[in-house]
Formats: sequence, structure tokens, C-alpha cells
Amino acid sequence: MTPNGKFGVIGKPLPKVDAVAKVTGRAIYADDMLLPRTLHCRILRSPHPHARILSIDTSAARRIPGVQAVITGADLPIKFGILPVTQDERALEHEKVRYVGDPIAAVAAIDEEIAAAACDAIEVEYEVLDAVMSIDEALVAPTDERIQDYGGPHNIHKLVALEFGDVESGFTRADHIREDVFFFQGSTHLPMEQHSATATYMDGRITLWSSTQVVHYVQRALSKVLELPMNRIRVIGAAHGGGFGGKTDPFAHEMIVCKLAMMTGRPVKCTLTREEVFYAHRGRHPVLMWVRTGVTRDGLITAMHFRTALDGGAYGSYGVASTFYTGALQTVTYDIPAYRFEGCRVFTNKPPCGPKRGHGTPQPRFALELHLEKIALDLGIDPVDLKQRNFVKAHTRTVNWLRVTSCGLDECTERVMTASGYRKREKRPGHGMGFAISSYLSGAGTAIYWNDMPHSEVQIKVDRGGVTAFCGAMDIGQGSDSVLATIVAEELGLQPADVRLVTADTDTTPIDLGSYSSRVTFMAGNAAIEAGRKMRGMLIEAVAAKMKCDAAAIEVGSGRIGDFSFEEASVLAEGRFGTLTTAGSYTPPKIAGPYKGSGVGPSPAYSYTACVVGLDADARTGLVRVNKIWIAHDAGRAINPLLVEGQVEGSVYMGLGEALMEEQAFRKGLHKWPSMLEYKSPTFLDMPEVETFIVETVDPEGPYGAKEAGQGPLLPVPPAVCSAVYDALGVWIDEVPVTPEKIVEALRRKQKGEPARFGPARFPTIPYPPTIKVEPPPKDLDRAAAASI
Amino acid sequence: MKQEVLREVERVVLALDVNGERTELLLPVHKTLLEVLREDMQLTGTKHGCELGECGTCTVLIDGRAELSCLVLPIQVEGRSITTIEGMARGAELHPLQQAFAELGAAQCGYCTPGILLSAKSLLETNAHPSRDEIRETLAGNLCRCTGYSKILDAVELAAGRMS
Repeated sequence: MTPNGKFGVIGKPLPKVDAVAKVTGRAIYADDMLLPRTLHCRILRSPHPHARILSIDTSAARRIPGVQAVITGADLPIKFGILPVTQDERALEHEKVRYVGDPIAAVAAIDEEIAAAACDAIEVEYEVLDAVMSIDEALVAPTDERIQDYGGPHNIHKLVALEFGDVESGFTRADHIREDVFFFQGSTHLPMEQHSATATYMDGRITLWSSTQVVHYVQRALSKVLELPMNRIRVIGAAHGGGFGGKTDPFAHEMIVCKLAMMTGRPVKCTLTREEVFYAHRGRHPVLMWVRTGVTRDGLITAMHFRTALDGGAYGSYGVASTFYTGALQTVTYDIPAYRFEGCRVFTNKPPCGPKRGHGTPQPRFALELHLEKIALDLGIDPVDLKQRNFVKAHTRTVNWLRVTSCGLDECTERVMTASGYRKREKRPGHGMGFAISSYLSGAGTAIYWNDMPHSEVQIKVDRGGVTAFCGAMDIGQGSDSVLATIVAEELGLQPADVRLVTADTDTTPIDLGSYSSRVTFMAGNAAIEAGRKMRGMLIEAVAAKMKCDAAAIEVGSGRIGDFSFEEASVLAEGRFGTLTTAGSYTPPKIAGPYKGSGVGPSPAYSYTACVVGLDADARTGLVRVNKIWIAHDAGRAINPLLVEGQVEGSVYMGLGEALMEEQAFRKGLHKWPSMLEYKSPTFLDMPEVETFIVETVDPEGPYGAKEAGQGPLLPVPPAVCSAVYDALGVWIDEVPVTPEKIVEALRRKQKGEPARFGPARFPTIPYPPTIKVEPPPKDLDRAAAASI
Repeated sequence: MKQEVLREVERVVLALDVNGERTELLLPVHKTLLEVLREDMQLTGTKHGCELGECGTCTVLIDGRAELSCLVLPIQVEGRSITTIEGMARGAELHPLQQAFAELGAAQCGYCTPGILLSAKSLLETNAHPSRDEIRETLAGNLCRCTGYSKILDAVELAAGRMS
């Protein structure tokens, strides 16, 4: 920043630093790599949703010419999992399989076809067990054995019950109480790039190139499973073909190629087929929800009780965190003075669910927004007014101890209201508008495993005018490399293109925990600012000494430091200080509340979004045509508005897919449609015009005030679609996806005088544990911190 | 047994004209153009998303027409002109579509980008001033999971404007 407060490159819509590599086909993705003498790996997967493995005979496979190694679970017996509390996965299962697609054996061969033929030649004898395919089935005693040998009763994985403030007296104070049940169907990330990994082993060291979002967590899991110290394992993130949360777990194929490389002494590569990507999954949990809210006659919330039941699939993955997330963020948009949350995750014989864009929060957001719309109708209050009356205020603590800093909810709402004309819309059948809001984390306040280390670190090296920034952050297409380059350039008075980057390599870069929970801009950004300011200080000091003037008088910008070019200044500084390196790091503030589970939800800052959807819905066919979406997003500050718009538009697209068509559904134990044709996702023809507004609230803790942009804007889209369908046709579709048959059925029910809705009829009985009561935070908790802002 | 079948793979010698360069290759007849481009010619700019003709990611141009290389056998296209993303720029100078995609942020993860660029190139060569709906119609077979398509439409329009 220049002394007059103007930014050099922050806030400018500059192209991404890797744009040319991507438009010319020169970016090297994981599957584009082919090292000399590479062996190709294929994985044999379970054809049964639930079965005991009685025997595995690999002898015929081993005899096939060109086969170099065959491994089974006995070769990789150590369990792993992304969360320390759920180490329940094996790279290969040799005792029992838990979903169609569970890996059993792997082959390395001189080409992929031979490897596939060898997988076919492996004989596995199974004892088929009854499959558990729904939340209801998982809540009762299993007819065979349970899926996992840990967790709650039957096939329950996790139960949680928390109460903040006095919910009972909150309901007593209410003038009106309403209950609703909602269902949010599961969906998958469907990245365009299939997962791929290549491993080499030489001199006792593993190197793995992978399409992962989290190089450090993969390194940790490999260390455990391969029984090698982390300093013998190097994980490098290749150019990334899309994650959306789907490449945030350590995966079986990553362990397998490493093991096969260790056994054969040759590079080993595995690229999943599209069908296998559907089985790798870790996508959106299907969630059944029940919510009960008390309000005053003015629509002010007095108490809320929220229950969720998550269909987790066969393994833990991020599921414990996902469960807490379904109850955590209701309070960061609406002021809820007393709040009770009961959550439950069950195991089923399906590919494991995990984090997908919005991780555990789009489902409750869907329920919450529609529930409040219905309450507004009950009270005869405009739903936008009712929501606005309950908006949280900036610089407050929620009842569940979450610290809200900047909050642009009011401004976001006004922007989309004005632009869409929502309040003055013409009411005519078949045409409707819907409104919803949301919020999301700018990075989780706690790491996945307990430690006191920073969450992100950046090093800068300046050498004869060249600047290199090192950071473990993984650019998954969202532009984190560009954000890093932009921030370093800003601090040193350069352009992003002047900064070379070394990222996502566990050997050469300092840690960044990875691209998940919208944390990179906020955390790596703050680390880059610290490293950049230290470097800037050294350059200024050297130039001031040369110019014999006060350091405060030295201007930095346009490639110059005082009277010198950047290159000259760097030579002066190197002469004065020796090797020019600086480092910066970021650790989120310790703001979690004093209760078990409080690690899920806190974030150094929350983004806010408001959205209006305008659509036509046909009463005869049930077809919905979305005409336009207006969306305003409080990103704190847009470090690069082009990238922020891209994240917002991409989130709207993904939310619309979930609202109208995307569905990870199963029939008789099998995935219904593990292909890109049958798993429906929006095409160019399905995507309406999107008008995006960036709202800048300049967060006190964000880098230059920035907050997240890549996940929050997905959340309001599904509820806004359903509100708009109600506006158009007078029926509630209380579950997604909103398919034509659901609309037609809801209209049929309405005509017959039944409740005009389609959605789950009831919420199951769940043996929640005794509720843990948590005192709300003291009113003056953050006063000292707020005063210093 | 499948392994015996593998040993009897029929191979042919083919000359492929890719990006103006003619290359002779000995290929198993069943290998797709996508596999040959990526594995035998190291032209890894052409990506694969499904290998079933569902996603458009592997789009290349054959005699100027956008085709899915995962559904084409090399033997079908011998002697025809094949253009991949590597052949789109003129030397070090980007094609106007590439330039526009870079400037407007139309490539996020970039994995679908080569296929979309080539589909768009094919469109602009037959229709220099397509409407937004015509662009949508032409690109509807190319899936993108990152952008929400908006910036891609803007970039194609910008390039069309600059090219005329």
C-alpha cells in the first residue's frame, strides 16, 4: 500500500498467475505426468455393499505376464482416517467390505490393460451380509452385523446434544411456535479431473504427486500407513482439476501407489476411472432435519431446537465434524438467544460422505431459511422483514460462543432486493421469486489434529531482483496462488507476475493446512502479509541508508523502492543483510467456547451472502426454469474481484445443481448413476444469468480485510429456489433436489386439500444422549478486543 | 482368458496429422484418439473426464469440427487435420479466445478449458458473431464445475468481438 492509502494491485481484476498455462494446455495435472518406467495400477473393488471377505486368491493374477506386483489388505493393514477420532479406513480391505467400490486388492503392471486383466483374475470369496441403505435402517438393530465396530447403538456413528442458554424458557416466552421437517439429498463433487497419483521410491524416500487439496494431511496419513517418518515422505500437489472438498481426505489409491513403488522400485501411477470417482465420493451428506422455533408476534426468535440425522456412508471421513457443522452456523446469521442442537450420524453401506463445498452447513441452511419463511407466513410478516429483524449484528458473540466480527448481511440484502425488484414483484401464477441468506467460515479456527503450530506459513526469498514465495497452500483452481502472488507483490511494490511461487510441496514449502474450509486467502494471506512486510522493511532500510534519509520517507511502488529499482534495492539489501529471506505465519485466535465440540464452528471471520432467485414453474409439468439469480456477497475485501466473482458464480452454479437435479442415489445397494451423463449436473443451457455484487466490510482480522468467497454463496441458492417455487405455485418442496415429479405431486396434494407440500413426513426417534448445557458467553467477552480494532 | 486376448492385440501403423505435424505411430487398433494423443504423443493438454463421450473435456478439432477424442479411433482420422489445444496458439502468441479466457478468469481449475476453447474456436469459425444463446447451445456438451459458465460466455463474446 502506498502512503496515501491506495493499493497497488489489491482490488484489481488481474488475470490469474497460472491463466496462460491453463489456456494453453501446459499446466501439468497429476494424470499428465508419466515418469520413465512407470507401472500402472488398477484397483479391485467390492461388488457387494456389505460382505465378509473369506479369502482372496491372487495367484492367477500374479502369473499374468507384465504384472509386477499384487497387493491386498494384508500388505497395508494399518488403519487411517482424516480425523484422529475416526481411524477406520484401510487402503485395501481384507476382512470386510462396506460399500460397492470398497478397495480390496491392487495390481501394478506394465500397462493399464494388463493391470485391469489381473484385477479380473483375482478370486475373492465373500459372505454377503445384509446391507443398510438408509437412515431408518441404520437406527434399528442390524439383521446381520453392524457396519463399523464403534460408535453408538446399532449403526449409529456419532450422537451429540448441546444446549446453549435456556431453551425451555425461550419457548415459554414465544407467542408462536412452529415445527418443520426437511430433507437435503446427498450429492457428489463431480470434479472434471479424476483423482490421480504417481509415486516413486528411491533411497528410502517416497515422493507422491497427487490431485489432492491437502498435501500435509496426505503426508501424515502416508507416514502412518507406510510406517515411514514424515521426513521420508514428500507430497507434491500437481496442477489441480477441481476439488470442491472431494480431494480433502487421504485416499486409498495414494497409499497403494506408494506401497507398490516401494515394492517394485519403479514409479507407480493410478488414475481413477469416472465410476471410481463416484465411489471415492466424500460428498454432501444426505441430512434429515427437524426444527422447532419460538418467535414473538413481531417475529423475533426466542428459542430454537434443531435436530439432524446424517447418512454418513460406510466410514467416518470428516463425519464427526460434519455432524457438528449441521448445528453450528445457524446462530451466525440470526440472533438466537437460546439454542438446542441434537445431531446424529449413521453408517450405511454406501460410499463415505464428507466435506462438499459448504461442509455440513448447506443442509441446515436450507431448512432454516424455509422454516423462517413459513413462520413469516404464519405471522403475516414479510419473510424478508422477519429475517432482517433477526439478523446478527457485527462484533457480537452468538449464544454458542461463535465470535462474529464484520457482518454485511443488511447491505447484501439491500443490494439483491433493489436489483431484483423482489419487494415490488408482480404476483402471477407460475412465476416466483425467493430470497435466502447465508454465512460461512473464513477457515476453521482449529486444525484437524490438535497442535499449537501455525495454520499457514509463508517464506519469501529475494535474490538479485527475483522474488520467490514459498507456501504449502494448494491452488485447486480457486486462485490461491494468485492471491499469494498478489499479496507479496502488494507489499513489495511489484506486480503479481513478478513473484515466482513454490507451493504445495511438503519438502520445499512451509506448512499450510490445505484448501478446505475456505481458509487459504485468510490464513496464507495473513502469513504472506507478515513475510512481505518484513522483507519490505529490509529493502527500505537498505535504501534509506544508501539515500541517507529516514526510512519513513521511502516510497514503495511501481517496481521502485525510493530512488532505486527493485532490483537495485534488493542488491543493496543483500549487501547489508546477507541472504534475504523472511517468514510469516498465521495462527487463528483461540476463541472456541468452553464445551466439547466447540472446535467446530469458530472462525476468525464469517462471510455473508444474500440471494434472490427468479424462476418460472409450470404447474402442469412441474418443470422449473430459473431465469435469473441476484447474489450479493460480503467478502470483506476483494483481493481480486475477478476471482471473487468467479467463486461466487461457481458457488451459485453448484447450489443450483443441488437444488434442481444433483443426487447421489442408490438402488439395491448400487449407485444409481455413476456416470457424468446420468448424474445430472447443470450445463450451459441450464445456467441462468447471475448478477453478482461484491460487498466489502473490511474485516479487522482478514488480510487487507478479506474474508472467504468460495463456499458461502452456494448456501442460499437451494432455499431461495424452493421459496421461489412456493411464490410461483403455492406449494412447498421441503427437500432437494426439486424435481418436476415432486412439484406435480405437491400440487396434486394441494388440489385434494392435503398439506400443499412435498417432503419428509416425520423425523425418526433417535436415542440422543443427555443434553450438555452450556452457559452463553458473557456479554463483555470481546469488548477489550473490539475496542482495540 | 483376458490375458491371452491382450497378447493378440491387433496393431496398425498410422500417420496422424496433429497440429500441422505428421507423425507415424504403431498403435493397437482399439486405442482411442484421446489415449493416443496423451499417451503416445505426449499431448497431455487434451484432458479426459469420463471416456464415454459425456463431458466434452477431451474435445479436439478434426478438419475444424469439434469432436470428442474419446469416441474417435485414430484409424478413422488418418490423413485428416487434427487440432489440439497445443496447436491453438500461433507460436508464442495466444489465440484471441485463449487471451480472453485468461483475462476474464474463464479458466478456474482449467481442466475443462482446452475442450471448451476448441469447441468455441470451431463455433467462431462458422459463426463469427454468435448470440449468447448460440454460444450456450454450442458449448452445452462441455461441462465445467468451477465457473458457473458466466465468465466463459463473456470470454467467447469478447474474443468474437476482437476477432471481427
